[in-house]
Amino acid sequence: MKILVCVTSVPDTTTKITFTDNNTKLNKAGVTFITGPYDDYALARAVELKEKAGGTVTVLNVGGADAEPVIRKCLAIGADEAIRVNAEPTDAYFVAEQIAAVAKDASYDLILMGRESIDYNGGQVHGIVAELLGLPSISPVMVLNVDGNTAKITREIEGGKEEIEAKLPLVLGCQEPIAEWKIPNMRGIMTARTKPLKVVEPVADEQLTAVSRYELPAPRGTVKMIPANEAEKLIQLLHTEAKVI
Amino acid sequence: MSVLIFVELDEGKLKKSSQEAIFYGAKVAEMTGTTATAIAVGQADESELATAGRFGATKVLHARDTRLNEPNGMAYATVVAAAAQQEGSTVVVLAKSSLADAMTARLAGKLKAGLAANVIELPDLGNGFVVKSSIYTGKAFAYNELKAGIKILAIKKNTITPEETDTTAPVDSFSPALNDSDFVISVKSTEKATGDILLPEADLVVSAGRGMKGPENWGLVEDLAQALHAATACSKPVSDLDWRPHHEHVGQTGIKISPNLYIACGISGAIQHLAGVNSSKVIVVINKDADAPFFKSADYGIVGDVFEVLPRLTAAVKAL
Ligand SMILES: Cc1cc2nc3c(=O)[nH]c(=O)nc-3n(C[C@H](O)[C@H](O)[C@H](O)COP(=O)(O)OP(=O)(O)OC[C@H]3O[C@@H](n4cnc5c(N)ncnc54)[C@H](O)[C@@H]3O)c2cc1C
Repeated sequence: MKILVCVTSVPDTTTKITFTDNNTKLNKAGVTFITGPYDDYALARAVELKEKAGGTVTVLNVGGADAEPVIRKCLAIGADEAIRVNAEPTDAYFVAEQIAAVAKDASYDLILMGRESIDYNGGQVHGIVAELLGLPSISPVMVLNVDGNTAKITREIEGGKEEIEAKLPLVLGCQEPIAEWKIPNMRGIMTARTKPLKVVEPVADEQLTAVSRYELPAPRGTVKMIPANEAEKLIQLLHTEAKVI
Repeated sequence: MSVLIFVELDEGKLKKSSQEAIFYGAKVAEMTGTTATAIAVGQADESELATAGRFGATKVLHARDTRLNEPNGMAYATVVAAAAQQEGSTVVVLAKSSLADAMTARLAGKLKAGLAANVIELPDLGNGFVVKSSIYTGKAFAYNELKAGIKILAIKKNTITPEETDTTAPVDSFSPALNDSDFVISVKSTEKATGDILLPEADLVVSAGRGMKGPENWGLVEDLAQALHAATACSKPVSDLDWRPHHEHVGQTGIKISPNLYIACGISGAIQHLAGVNSSKVIVVINKDADAPFFKSADYGIVGDVFEVLPRLTAAVKAL
Protein backbone atom coordinates (compact mmCIF):
# COMPACT_ATOMS: atom_id res chain seq x y z
CA MET A 1 0.00 0.00 0.00
CA LYS A 2 1.28 3.45 -0.94
CA ILE A 3 0.30 6.15 1.56
CA LEU A 4 0.87 9.88 1.28
CA VAL A 5 0.62 11.84 4.53
CA CYS A 6 0.40 15.62 4.23
CA VAL A 7 1.68 17.47 7.28
CA THR A 8 1.68 21.08 8.39
CA SER A 9 4.28 22.79 10.52
CA VAL A 10 2.39 24.91 13.05
CA PRO A 11 3.02 26.82 16.30
CA ASP A 12 2.94 24.56 19.36
CA THR A 13 -0.55 24.46 20.91
CA THR A 14 0.63 26.38 24.00
CA THR A 15 1.88 29.32 21.91
CA LYS A 16 0.65 32.78 22.78
CA ILE A 17 0.01 34.13 19.28
CA THR A 18 1.31 37.65 18.48
CA PHE A 19 2.00 39.49 15.23
CA THR A 20 4.70 41.82 13.89
CA ASP A 21 5.14 44.21 10.95
CA ASN A 22 1.96 46.16 11.63
CA ASN A 23 -0.02 43.00 12.26
CA THR A 24 0.78 41.50 8.87
CA LYS A 25 3.07 38.65 10.00
CA LEU A 26 3.07 36.00 12.70
CA ASN A 27 5.73 36.77 15.30
CA LYS A 28 7.84 33.61 15.12
CA ALA A 29 10.28 34.72 17.82
CA GLY A 30 10.39 32.10 20.55
CA VAL A 31 7.69 29.98 18.89
CA THR A 32 8.24 26.22 18.74
CA PHE A 33 6.88 24.62 15.59
CA ILE A 34 5.33 21.18 15.73
CA THR A 35 3.62 18.78 13.36
CA GLY A 36 -0.08 19.67 13.23
CA PRO A 37 -1.67 17.54 15.99
CA TYR A 38 -4.28 16.14 13.60
CA ASP A 39 -1.61 15.42 10.98
CA ASP A 40 0.29 13.58 13.69
CA TYR A 41 -2.70 11.25 14.14
CA ALA A 42 -2.80 10.64 10.38
CA LEU A 43 0.91 9.86 10.30
CA ALA A 44 0.68 7.50 13.27
CA ARG A 45 -2.11 5.52 11.58
CA ALA A 46 -0.25 5.43 8.26
CA VAL A 47 2.82 3.95 9.97
CA GLU A 48 0.65 1.36 11.73
CA LEU A 49 -1.02 0.35 8.45
CA LYS A 50 2.38 0.02 6.79
CA GLU A 51 3.73 -2.08 9.64
CA LYS A 52 0.73 -4.40 9.32
CA ALA A 53 0.33 -4.73 5.57
CA GLY A 54 3.61 -3.49 4.08
CA GLY A 55 4.04 -0.61 1.67
CA THR A 56 5.49 2.87 1.91
CA VAL A 57 4.65 6.08 3.72
CA THR A 58 5.63 9.35 2.04
CA VAL A 59 5.39 12.60 3.99
CA LEU A 60 4.55 15.78 2.10
CA ASN A 61 4.85 19.33 3.37
CA VAL A 62 4.18 22.55 1.52
CA GLY A 63 6.45 25.00 3.27
CA GLY A 64 9.77 26.76 3.56
CA ALA A 65 13.07 25.21 4.62
CA ASP A 66 12.22 26.09 8.23
CA ALA A 67 9.67 23.23 8.17
CA GLU A 68 12.40 20.61 7.75
CA PRO A 69 12.78 19.75 11.47
CA VAL A 70 9.09 18.82 11.50
CA ILE A 71 9.54 16.73 8.34
CA ARG A 72 12.58 14.95 9.84
CA LYS A 73 10.53 14.13 12.92
CA CYS A 74 7.90 12.50 10.69
CA LEU A 75 10.65 10.40 9.10
CA ALA A 76 11.89 9.47 12.59
CA ILE A 77 8.39 8.33 13.51
CA GLY A 78 8.39 5.89 10.60
CA ALA A 79 7.73 7.56 7.24
CA ASP A 80 10.06 6.26 4.52
CA GLU A 81 10.63 9.36 2.46
CA ALA A 82 9.60 12.99 2.31
CA ILE A 83 8.79 15.65 -0.23
CA ARG A 84 8.80 19.36 0.53
CA VAL A 85 7.14 21.71 -1.94
CA ASN A 86 9.20 24.83 -1.54
CA ALA A 87 6.52 27.52 -1.06
CA GLU A 88 4.78 29.41 1.72
CA PRO A 89 1.43 27.71 2.40
CA THR A 90 -0.62 30.86 1.97
CA ASP A 91 -4.05 29.61 1.01
CA ALA A 92 -5.92 26.28 1.18
CA TYR A 93 -6.50 26.12 -2.58
CA PHE A 94 -2.84 26.81 -3.31
CA VAL A 95 -1.67 24.11 -0.87
CA ALA A 96 -4.19 21.64 -2.28
CA GLU A 97 -2.99 22.32 -5.80
CA GLN A 98 0.58 21.53 -4.75
CA ILE A 99 -0.49 18.29 -3.09
CA ALA A 100 -2.60 17.31 -6.12
CA ALA A 101 0.35 18.01 -8.43
CA VAL A 102 2.59 15.68 -6.40
CA ALA A 103 -0.08 12.99 -6.13
CA LYS A 104 -1.45 13.11 -9.67
CA ASP A 105 0.70 10.44 -11.29
CA ALA A 106 1.99 8.75 -8.16
CA SER A 107 -0.99 6.39 -7.61
CA TYR A 108 -1.23 6.59 -3.83
CA ASP A 109 -3.84 4.29 -2.30
CA LEU A 110 -4.47 6.67 0.57
CA ILE A 111 -3.84 10.37 0.94
CA LEU A 112 -4.11 11.20 4.63
CA MET A 113 -3.90 14.46 6.51
CA GLY A 114 -5.33 16.07 9.62
CA ARG A 115 -8.97 17.12 9.56
CA GLU A 116 -7.69 20.70 9.77
CA SER A 117 -4.52 22.62 10.42
CA ILE A 118 -4.42 24.35 13.78
CA ASP A 119 -3.25 27.67 12.33
CA TYR A 120 -5.99 28.45 9.81
CA ASN A 121 -8.42 25.75 10.99
CA GLY A 122 -9.94 25.78 7.53
CA GLY A 123 -10.32 22.03 7.27
CA GLN A 124 -10.53 22.46 3.52
CA VAL A 125 -7.33 21.10 2.04
CA HIS A 126 -8.33 17.43 1.88
CA GLY A 127 -11.60 18.21 0.14
CA ILE A 128 -9.98 20.42 -2.47
CA VAL A 129 -7.21 17.86 -3.12
CA ALA A 130 -9.87 15.18 -3.61
CA GLU A 131 -11.89 17.40 -5.92
CA LEU A 132 -8.82 18.23 -8.01
CA LEU A 133 -7.89 14.55 -8.26
CA GLY A 134 -11.46 13.35 -8.80
CA LEU A 135 -11.36 11.15 -5.68
CA PRO A 136 -13.79 10.74 -2.78
CA SER A 137 -12.99 12.59 0.44
CA ILE A 138 -14.08 11.67 3.95
CA SER A 139 -13.52 13.68 7.15
CA PRO A 140 -13.21 13.61 10.13
CA VAL A 141 -12.10 9.97 10.21
CA MET A 142 -11.86 8.40 13.70
CA VAL A 143 -11.23 4.77 12.71
CA LEU A 144 -9.48 3.53 9.57
CA ASN A 145 -8.98 -0.09 8.61
CA VAL A 146 -8.06 -1.40 5.19
CA ASP A 147 -9.19 -4.77 3.92
CA GLY A 148 -7.74 -5.47 0.48
CA ASN A 149 -9.08 -2.72 -1.73
CA THR A 150 -11.70 -1.48 0.73
CA ALA A 151 -11.37 1.04 3.54
CA LYS A 152 -13.60 0.62 6.57
CA ILE A 153 -14.04 3.96 8.22
CA THR A 154 -15.80 5.54 11.18
CA ARG A 155 -16.58 9.18 10.55
CA GLU A 156 -17.75 11.64 13.19
CA ILE A 157 -20.94 13.53 12.44
CA GLU A 158 -22.83 16.04 14.58
CA GLY A 159 -24.02 14.25 17.67
CA GLY A 160 -22.73 10.85 16.57
CA LYS A 161 -20.84 8.81 14.03
CA GLU A 162 -21.31 6.69 10.93
CA GLU A 163 -19.70 3.53 9.58
CA ILE A 164 -18.54 3.85 6.00
CA GLU A 165 -17.06 1.57 3.36
CA ALA A 166 -15.29 2.90 0.31
CA LYS A 167 -12.88 1.65 -2.32
CA LEU A 168 -9.33 2.97 -2.45
CA PRO A 169 -7.92 5.40 -3.48
CA LEU A 170 -9.30 7.91 -0.99
CA VAL A 171 -8.43 11.25 0.54
CA LEU A 172 -9.08 11.34 4.30
CA GLY A 173 -9.04 14.03 6.98
CA CYS A 174 -8.08 12.35 10.28
CA GLN A 175 -8.63 12.98 13.98
CA GLU A 176 -8.37 11.05 17.24
CA PRO A 177 -8.76 8.27 18.17
CA ILE A 178 -7.52 6.98 14.78
CA ALA A 179 -4.17 6.15 16.42
CA GLU A 180 -2.05 7.18 19.38
CA TRP A 181 0.48 9.93 18.71
CA LYS A 182 3.91 8.37 18.21
CA ILE A 183 7.14 9.63 19.75
CA PRO A 184 10.30 8.97 17.75
CA ASN A 185 12.84 6.61 19.34
CA MET A 186 16.63 6.92 19.11
CA ARG A 187 16.90 4.48 16.22
CA GLY A 188 14.20 6.33 14.32
CA ILE A 189 15.98 9.65 14.83
CA MET A 190 19.26 8.15 13.56
CA THR A 191 17.75 6.57 10.44
CA ALA A 192 15.68 9.69 9.68
CA ARG A 193 18.87 11.55 8.86
CA THR A 194 19.58 9.33 5.88
CA LYS A 195 16.03 8.97 4.55
CA PRO A 196 15.39 10.88 1.30
CA LEU A 197 13.87 14.37 1.54
CA LYS A 198 13.18 15.72 -1.92
CA VAL A 199 12.56 19.43 -2.45
CA VAL A 200 10.39 20.35 -5.43
CA GLU A 201 9.29 23.74 -6.72
CA PRO A 202 5.60 24.69 -6.61
CA VAL A 203 3.25 24.73 -9.57
CA ALA A 204 2.43 28.39 -10.07
CA ASP A 205 -1.08 29.74 -10.00
CA GLU A 206 -3.05 32.88 -9.33
CA GLN A 207 -3.70 33.78 -5.70
CA LEU A 208 -7.37 33.38 -4.82
CA THR A 209 -7.16 34.85 -1.31
CA ALA A 210 -4.70 36.97 0.65
CA VAL A 211 -4.56 37.99 4.29
CA SER A 212 -4.28 41.75 4.52
CA ARG A 213 -3.81 41.88 8.30
CA TYR A 214 -4.24 40.04 11.56
CA GLU A 215 -5.83 41.05 14.83
CA LEU A 216 -5.86 39.76 18.40
CA PRO A 217 -9.13 39.34 20.29
CA ALA A 218 -10.03 42.09 22.76
CA PRO A 219 -9.30 40.93 26.31
CA ARG A 220 -12.32 39.92 28.37
CA GLY A 221 -13.33 42.31 31.13
CA THR A 222 -12.47 41.37 34.68
CA VAL A 223 -14.16 38.32 36.07
CA LYS A 224 -17.02 38.84 38.50
CA MET A 225 -16.69 36.39 41.39
CA ILE A 226 -19.71 35.01 43.20
CA PRO A 227 -19.30 33.29 46.58
CA ALA A 228 -20.12 29.57 46.44
CA ASN A 229 -22.66 29.89 49.23
CA GLU A 230 -24.57 32.40 47.10
CA ALA A 231 -24.33 30.37 43.88
CA GLU A 232 -27.97 31.19 43.02
CA LYS A 233 -26.90 34.78 42.41
CA LEU A 234 -25.05 33.63 39.31
CA ILE A 235 -28.30 32.55 37.70
CA GLN A 236 -29.86 35.93 38.52
CA LEU A 237 -26.88 37.74 36.96
CA LEU A 238 -26.98 35.60 33.83
CA HIS A 239 -30.66 36.42 33.56
CA THR A 240 -30.74 40.13 34.36
CA GLU A 241 -27.20 41.41 33.68
CA ALA A 242 -25.68 39.23 30.94
CA LYS A 243 -29.17 38.42 29.58
CA VAL A 244 -28.12 35.09 28.14
CA ILE A 245 -30.74 32.98 29.91
CA MET B 1 -26.33 37.15 -9.83
CA SER B 2 -27.97 36.27 -6.50
CA VAL B 3 -26.15 35.32 -3.31
CA LEU B 4 -26.62 31.58 -2.83
CA ILE B 5 -27.10 30.12 0.66
CA PHE B 6 -26.95 26.41 1.41
CA VAL B 7 -29.43 25.49 4.14
CA GLU B 8 -29.87 22.38 6.27
CA LEU B 9 -32.72 20.88 8.24
CA ASP B 10 -32.47 18.97 11.48
CA GLU B 11 -35.40 16.77 12.48
CA GLY B 12 -37.52 18.48 9.81
CA LYS B 13 -36.83 22.06 10.88
CA LEU B 14 -34.58 24.67 9.32
CA LYS B 15 -31.45 24.68 11.46
CA LYS B 16 -30.81 27.80 13.51
CA SER B 17 -27.38 28.12 11.95
CA SER B 18 -29.04 28.03 8.52
CA GLN B 19 -31.41 30.83 9.52
CA GLU B 20 -28.34 32.81 10.47
CA ALA B 21 -26.68 31.99 7.14
CA ILE B 22 -29.76 33.13 5.19
CA PHE B 23 -29.92 36.41 7.10
CA TYR B 24 -26.17 36.88 6.54
CA GLY B 25 -26.53 36.07 2.83
CA ALA B 26 -29.45 38.48 2.51
CA LYS B 27 -27.34 41.24 4.08
CA VAL B 28 -24.53 40.54 1.61
CA ALA B 29 -27.10 40.61 -1.20
CA GLU B 30 -28.31 43.98 0.04
CA MET B 31 -24.74 45.30 0.13
CA THR B 32 -24.06 44.09 -3.41
CA GLY B 33 -27.42 45.09 -4.88
CA THR B 34 -28.78 41.64 -5.54
CA THR B 35 -31.12 39.06 -3.98
CA ALA B 36 -30.62 35.99 -1.79
CA THR B 37 -31.50 32.48 -2.95
CA ALA B 38 -31.50 29.57 -0.52
CA ILE B 39 -30.84 26.03 -1.65
CA ALA B 40 -31.89 22.89 0.23
CA VAL B 41 -30.85 19.40 -0.81
CA GLY B 42 -32.63 16.16 0.05
CA GLN B 43 -35.94 15.46 1.76
CA ALA B 44 -37.60 18.55 3.15
CA ASP B 45 -41.06 19.86 3.75
CA GLU B 46 -41.76 22.71 1.29
CA SER B 47 -43.69 24.77 3.81
CA GLU B 48 -40.70 24.60 6.14
CA LEU B 49 -38.34 25.62 3.32
CA ALA B 50 -40.59 28.57 2.52
CA THR B 51 -39.71 29.97 5.98
CA ALA B 52 -36.30 30.86 4.51
CA GLY B 53 -38.20 33.96 3.32
CA ARG B 54 -38.57 35.11 6.91
CA PHE B 55 -34.82 35.58 7.12
CA GLY B 56 -34.43 37.35 3.79
CA ALA B 57 -34.33 34.74 1.00
CA THR B 58 -36.45 35.73 -1.99
CA LYS B 59 -36.43 32.25 -3.47
CA VAL B 60 -35.65 28.70 -2.41
CA LEU B 61 -34.30 25.99 -4.70
CA HIS B 62 -35.02 22.44 -3.63
CA ALA B 63 -33.10 19.49 -5.08
CA ARG B 64 -34.89 16.33 -4.04
CA ASP B 65 -33.71 13.50 -6.22
CA THR B 66 -34.13 10.32 -4.10
CA ARG B 67 -30.40 9.73 -4.42
CA LEU B 68 -29.96 12.86 -2.31
CA ASN B 69 -32.03 11.62 0.64
CA GLU B 70 -28.96 10.76 2.67
CA PRO B 71 -26.51 13.61 3.41
CA ASN B 72 -23.57 13.27 1.01
CA GLY B 73 -21.01 16.07 0.95
CA MET B 74 -19.75 15.25 -2.53
CA ALA B 75 -23.13 15.00 -4.24
CA TYR B 76 -24.49 18.00 -2.35
CA ALA B 77 -21.48 20.04 -3.47
CA THR B 78 -22.22 19.08 -7.09
CA VAL B 79 -25.81 20.28 -6.66
CA VAL B 80 -24.82 23.57 -5.02
CA ALA B 81 -22.16 24.21 -7.69
CA ALA B 82 -24.81 23.67 -10.38
CA ALA B 83 -27.15 26.07 -8.57
CA ALA B 84 -24.40 28.68 -8.32
CA GLN B 85 -23.93 28.38 -12.06
CA GLN B 86 -27.64 28.60 -12.83
CA GLU B 87 -28.05 31.63 -10.57
CA GLY B 88 -24.80 33.23 -11.70
CA SER B 89 -23.90 33.52 -8.01
CA THR B 90 -20.59 35.10 -7.13
CA VAL B 91 -21.07 34.62 -3.37
CA VAL B 92 -22.00 31.29 -1.74
CA VAL B 93 -22.71 31.18 2.00
CA LEU B 94 -22.80 28.10 4.23
CA ALA B 95 -23.15 27.80 8.01
CA LYS B 96 -20.36 25.63 9.38
CA SER B 97 -21.49 22.09 10.18
CA SER B 98 -20.10 18.64 9.58
CA LEU B 99 -22.03 18.40 6.30
CA ALA B 100 -21.10 21.92 5.20
CA ASP B 101 -17.44 21.24 6.02
CA ALA B 102 -17.54 18.27 3.67
CA MET B 103 -19.06 20.44 0.94
CA THR B 104 -17.20 23.75 1.09
CA ALA B 105 -13.84 22.39 0.00
CA ARG B 106 -15.31 20.40 -2.89
CA LEU B 107 -17.27 23.47 -3.93
CA ALA B 108 -14.14 25.61 -3.81
CA GLY B 109 -12.40 23.03 -5.99
CA LYS B 110 -15.24 22.90 -8.50
CA LEU B 111 -15.73 26.66 -8.75
CA LYS B 112 -12.08 27.62 -8.21
CA ALA B 113 -13.43 29.98 -5.61
CA GLY B 114 -11.80 32.16 -2.98
CA LEU B 115 -12.74 30.51 0.27
CA ALA B 116 -12.94 31.90 3.79
CA ALA B 117 -13.64 29.46 6.61
CA ASN B 118 -14.75 30.49 10.12
CA VAL B 119 -16.09 33.87 8.99
CA ILE B 120 -17.34 35.97 11.91
CA GLU B 121 -18.49 39.26 10.37
CA LEU B 122 -20.18 40.69 7.30
CA PRO B 123 -17.72 41.41 4.49
CA ASP B 124 -16.12 44.81 4.06
CA LEU B 125 -16.61 45.90 0.46
CA GLY B 126 -14.77 49.20 0.88
CA ASN B 127 -11.62 47.90 -0.70
CA GLY B 128 -12.16 44.67 -2.59
CA PHE B 129 -14.03 41.90 -0.73
CA VAL B 130 -12.56 41.43 2.74
CA VAL B 131 -13.89 39.10 5.42
CA LYS B 132 -12.81 38.65 9.02
CA SER B 133 -12.28 35.10 10.14
CA SER B 134 -11.18 33.33 13.28
CA ILE B 135 -7.75 31.62 13.09
CA TYR B 136 -5.34 29.84 15.46
CA THR B 137 -8.40 28.19 17.01
CA GLY B 138 -9.86 31.47 18.17
CA LYS B 139 -6.57 32.94 19.40
CA ALA B 140 -6.52 35.53 16.58
CA PHE B 141 -8.38 36.92 13.58
CA ALA B 142 -7.41 37.40 9.95
CA TYR B 143 -8.79 39.83 7.39
CA ASN B 144 -8.90 37.85 4.14
CA GLU B 145 -9.21 39.49 0.80
CA LEU B 146 -11.08 37.14 -1.52
CA LYS B 147 -9.74 37.85 -4.99
CA ALA B 148 -11.37 35.10 -7.04
CA GLY B 149 -14.50 35.79 -9.07
CA ILE B 150 -16.53 33.41 -6.90
CA LYS B 151 -16.36 33.67 -3.13
CA ILE B 152 -17.37 31.02 -0.62
CA LEU B 153 -18.01 32.03 2.98
CA ALA B 154 -18.36 29.42 5.72
CA ILE B 155 -19.73 31.30 8.71
CA LYS B 156 -19.35 30.48 12.39
CA LYS B 157 -22.25 30.37 14.78
CA ASN B 158 -23.23 33.73 16.31
CA THR B 159 -21.77 35.73 13.42
CA ILE B 160 -25.00 37.66 13.07
CA THR B 161 -28.34 37.82 14.90
CA PRO B 162 -31.13 37.15 12.40
CA GLU B 163 -34.18 39.39 12.36
CA GLU B 164 -37.41 37.78 11.22
CA THR B 165 -40.24 39.09 9.04
CA ASP B 166 -43.42 37.25 8.13
CA THR B 167 -42.62 36.88 4.42
CA THR B 168 -42.31 33.41 2.98
CA ALA B 169 -40.31 32.54 -0.11
CA PRO B 170 -41.45 30.54 -3.16
CA VAL B 171 -39.88 27.10 -3.44
CA ASP B 172 -38.77 25.92 -6.91
CA SER B 173 -37.63 22.42 -7.58
CA PHE B 174 -34.12 22.10 -8.92
CA SER B 175 -32.90 19.00 -10.72
CA PRO B 176 -29.31 19.27 -11.90
CA ALA B 177 -27.38 16.36 -13.42
CA LEU B 178 -25.80 14.17 -10.72
CA ASN B 179 -22.41 12.44 -10.96
CA ASP B 180 -22.28 8.70 -10.31
CA SER B 181 -18.79 9.21 -8.92
CA ASP B 182 -20.34 11.14 -6.01
CA PHE B 183 -22.13 8.01 -4.82
CA VAL B 184 -19.24 5.57 -4.38
CA ILE B 185 -19.08 5.80 -0.58
CA SER B 186 -21.52 3.58 1.24
CA VAL B 187 -22.71 4.47 4.71
CA LYS B 188 -23.37 1.17 6.49
CA SER B 189 -24.83 2.55 9.70
CA THR B 190 -25.38 5.80 11.50
CA GLU B 191 -25.45 6.37 15.21
CA LYS B 192 -26.89 9.70 16.24
CA ALA B 193 -28.26 10.97 19.50
CA THR B 194 -31.84 12.13 18.89
CA GLY B 195 -33.73 14.75 20.81
CA ASP B 196 -30.49 16.21 22.17
CA ILE B 197 -29.51 19.75 21.33
CA LEU B 198 -26.66 19.57 18.84
CA LEU B 199 -23.54 21.02 20.44
CA PRO B 200 -22.44 23.20 17.48
CA GLU B 201 -25.98 24.61 17.24
CA ALA B 202 -26.51 25.25 20.94
CA ASP B 203 -26.93 28.75 22.38
CA LEU B 204 -26.16 27.50 25.88
CA VAL B 205 -23.55 24.90 26.77
CA VAL B 206 -22.76 23.24 30.10
CA SER B 207 -19.33 21.64 29.95
CA ALA B 208 -17.39 19.61 32.46
CA GLY B 209 -13.90 18.26 32.97
CA ARG B 210 -11.87 15.91 35.06
CA GLY B 211 -13.06 17.71 38.19
CA MET B 212 -16.28 15.66 37.92
CA LYS B 213 -14.23 12.63 39.08
CA GLY B 214 -16.07 10.04 36.99
CA PRO B 215 -18.84 9.42 34.42
CA GLU B 216 -21.23 8.36 37.20
CA ASN B 217 -21.42 12.00 38.32
CA TRP B 218 -22.53 13.45 34.97
CA GLY B 219 -26.13 13.50 36.12
CA LEU B 220 -25.33 16.80 37.87
CA VAL B 221 -24.12 18.30 34.59
CA GLU B 222 -27.06 16.92 32.64
CA ASP B 223 -29.57 18.23 35.19
CA LEU B 224 -28.31 21.79 34.82
CA ALA B 225 -28.14 21.44 31.03
CA GLN B 226 -31.70 20.15 30.93
CA ALA B 227 -33.01 22.94 33.14
CA LEU B 228 -31.34 25.50 30.85
CA HIS B 229 -32.14 23.66 27.57
CA ALA B 230 -28.39 23.61 27.03
CA ALA B 231 -26.15 21.12 25.25
CA THR B 232 -23.44 19.27 27.16
CA ALA B 233 -19.74 19.32 26.33
CA CYS B 234 -16.53 18.08 27.93
CA SER B 235 -12.74 18.48 28.04
CA LYS B 236 -10.40 16.23 26.08
CA PRO B 237 -9.28 13.95 28.95
CA VAL B 238 -12.94 13.26 29.68
CA SER B 239 -13.55 11.94 26.16
CA ASP B 240 -10.13 10.22 26.09
CA LEU B 241 -11.15 8.35 29.26
CA ASP B 242 -14.47 7.46 27.57
CA TRP B 243 -16.47 9.17 30.30
CA ARG B 244 -18.29 11.01 27.49
CA PRO B 245 -18.63 10.46 23.72
CA HIS B 246 -15.99 12.05 21.51
CA HIS B 247 -18.44 14.38 19.76
CA GLU B 248 -18.79 16.31 23.04
CA HIS B 249 -15.08 17.11 23.23
CA VAL B 250 -14.39 20.82 22.74
CA GLY B 251 -11.06 22.57 22.28
CA GLN B 252 -8.12 22.78 19.98
CA THR B 253 -8.43 19.14 18.93
CA GLY B 254 -12.18 18.94 19.38
CA ILE B 255 -15.22 20.95 18.35
CA LYS B 256 -14.94 24.73 18.32
CA ILE B 257 -18.03 26.42 19.64
CA SER B 258 -19.25 29.99 20.06
CA PRO B 259 -22.45 29.85 22.12
CA ASN B 260 -24.01 32.73 24.06
CA LEU B 261 -23.16 31.03 27.34
CA TYR B 262 -20.47 28.49 28.22
CA ILE B 263 -20.45 27.11 31.77
CA ALA B 264 -17.22 25.24 32.60
CA CYS B 265 -17.42 22.90 35.60
CA GLY B 266 -14.24 21.37 36.99
CA ILE B 267 -12.16 22.32 33.95
CA SER B 268 -8.73 23.83 34.60
CA GLY B 269 -8.68 26.03 31.50
CA ALA B 270 -5.64 24.74 29.61
CA ILE B 271 -4.80 26.86 26.58
CA GLN B 272 -5.84 24.02 24.26
CA HIS B 273 -9.24 23.87 25.92
CA LEU B 274 -9.72 27.65 25.86
CA ALA B 275 -8.91 27.71 22.16
CA GLY B 276 -12.13 25.93 21.32
CA VAL B 277 -14.46 27.94 23.55
CA ASN B 278 -13.04 31.44 23.93
CA SER B 279 -15.34 32.94 21.33
CA SER B 280 -18.34 32.19 23.56
CA LYS B 281 -20.14 35.43 24.45
CA VAL B 282 -20.29 34.80 28.20
CA ILE B 283 -18.06 32.34 30.07
CA VAL B 284 -18.79 31.03 33.57
CA VAL B 285 -16.17 29.03 35.45
CA ILE B 286 -16.80 26.85 38.49
CA ASN B 287 -13.65 25.42 40.01
CA LYS B 288 -12.58 24.60 43.56
CA ASP B 289 -9.10 25.96 42.89
CA ALA B 290 -9.08 29.78 43.03
CA ASP B 291 -5.85 29.75 40.98
CA ALA B 292 -7.28 27.72 38.09
CA PRO B 293 -6.18 29.51 34.88
CA PHE B 294 -9.72 29.42 33.47
CA PHE B 295 -10.80 32.25 35.83
CA LYS B 296 -8.58 34.62 33.81
CA SER B 297 -10.75 34.03 30.74
CA ALA B 298 -14.10 34.07 32.51
CA ASP B 299 -16.84 36.66 32.86
CA TYR B 300 -18.30 35.08 36.01
CA GLY B 301 -16.62 32.72 38.42
CA ILE B 302 -17.43 30.65 41.47
CA VAL B 303 -14.66 29.15 43.58
CA GLY B 304 -16.34 26.07 44.92
CA ASP B 305 -16.99 22.37 44.74
CA VAL B 306 -18.98 21.37 41.64
CA PHE B 307 -20.78 18.71 43.66
CA GLU B 308 -22.28 21.43 45.86
CA VAL B 309 -22.58 24.28 43.37
CA LEU B 310 -24.22 22.45 40.43
CA PRO B 311 -27.37 21.32 42.30
CA ARG B 312 -27.86 24.85 43.63
CA LEU B 313 -27.59 26.31 40.13
CA THR B 314 -30.04 23.77 38.75
CA ALA B 315 -32.54 24.60 41.47
CA ALA B 316 -32.09 28.33 40.84
CA VAL B 317 -32.73 27.90 37.11
CA LYS B 318 -35.89 25.92 37.81
CA ALA B 319 -37.04 28.72 40.12
CA LEU B 320 -36.61 31.43 37.43
C1 LIG C 1 -1.83 19.00 21.33
C2 LIG C 1 -2.82 19.06 22.44
C3 LIG C 1 -4.16 19.28 22.13
C4 LIG C 1 -5.12 19.35 23.14
N1 LIG C 1 -6.42 19.57 22.80
C5 LIG C 1 -7.33 19.72 23.80
C6 LIG C 1 -8.70 19.99 23.49
O1 LIG C 1 -9.09 20.09 22.32
N2 LIG C 1 -9.57 20.14 24.50
C7 LIG C 1 -9.21 20.03 25.82
O2 LIG C 1 -10.07 20.18 26.71
N3 LIG C 1 -7.94 19.74 26.13
C8 LIG C 1 -7.00 19.58 25.16
N4 LIG C 1 -5.71 19.26 25.50
C9 LIG C 1 -5.43 18.91 26.90
C10 LIG C 1 -5.23 20.10 27.82
O3 LIG C 1 -3.88 20.48 27.79
C11 LIG C 1 -5.62 19.75 29.26
O4 LIG C 1 -4.86 18.65 29.68
C12 LIG C 1 -7.09 19.44 29.46
O5 LIG C 1 -7.91 20.44 28.88
C13 LIG C 1 -7.42 19.34 30.93
O6 LIG C 1 -8.73 18.89 31.12
P1 LIG C 1 -9.52 19.18 32.46
O7 LIG C 1 -9.55 20.63 32.70
O8 LIG C 1 -10.81 18.46 32.38
O9 LIG C 1 -8.66 18.41 33.54
P2 LIG C 1 -7.58 18.99 34.67
O10 LIG C 1 -6.60 19.82 34.01
O11 LIG C 1 -7.22 17.78 35.39
O12 LIG C 1 -8.48 19.95 35.52
C14 LIG C 1 -9.48 19.54 36.41
C15 LIG C 1 -9.94 20.79 37.13
O13 LIG C 1 -11.03 20.46 37.95
C16 LIG C 1 -10.89 21.14 39.18
N5 LIG C 1 -11.62 20.36 40.17
C17 LIG C 1 -11.31 19.14 40.67
N6 LIG C 1 -12.25 18.73 41.53
C18 LIG C 1 -13.18 19.69 41.59
C19 LIG C 1 -14.40 19.87 42.32
N7 LIG C 1 -14.86 18.93 43.15
N8 LIG C 1 -15.09 21.01 42.14
C20 LIG C 1 -14.64 21.98 41.29
N9 LIG C 1 -13.53 21.86 40.59
C21 LIG C 1 -12.78 20.73 40.75
C22 LIG C 1 -9.42 21.23 39.45
O14 LIG C 1 -9.12 22.32 40.29
C23 LIG C 1 -8.88 21.42 38.02
O15 LIG C 1 -8.76 22.80 37.72
C24 LIG C 1 -4.73 19.19 24.50
C25 LIG C 1 -3.39 18.97 24.80
C26 LIG C 1 -2.43 18.91 23.79
C27 LIG C 1 -1.01 18.69 24.17
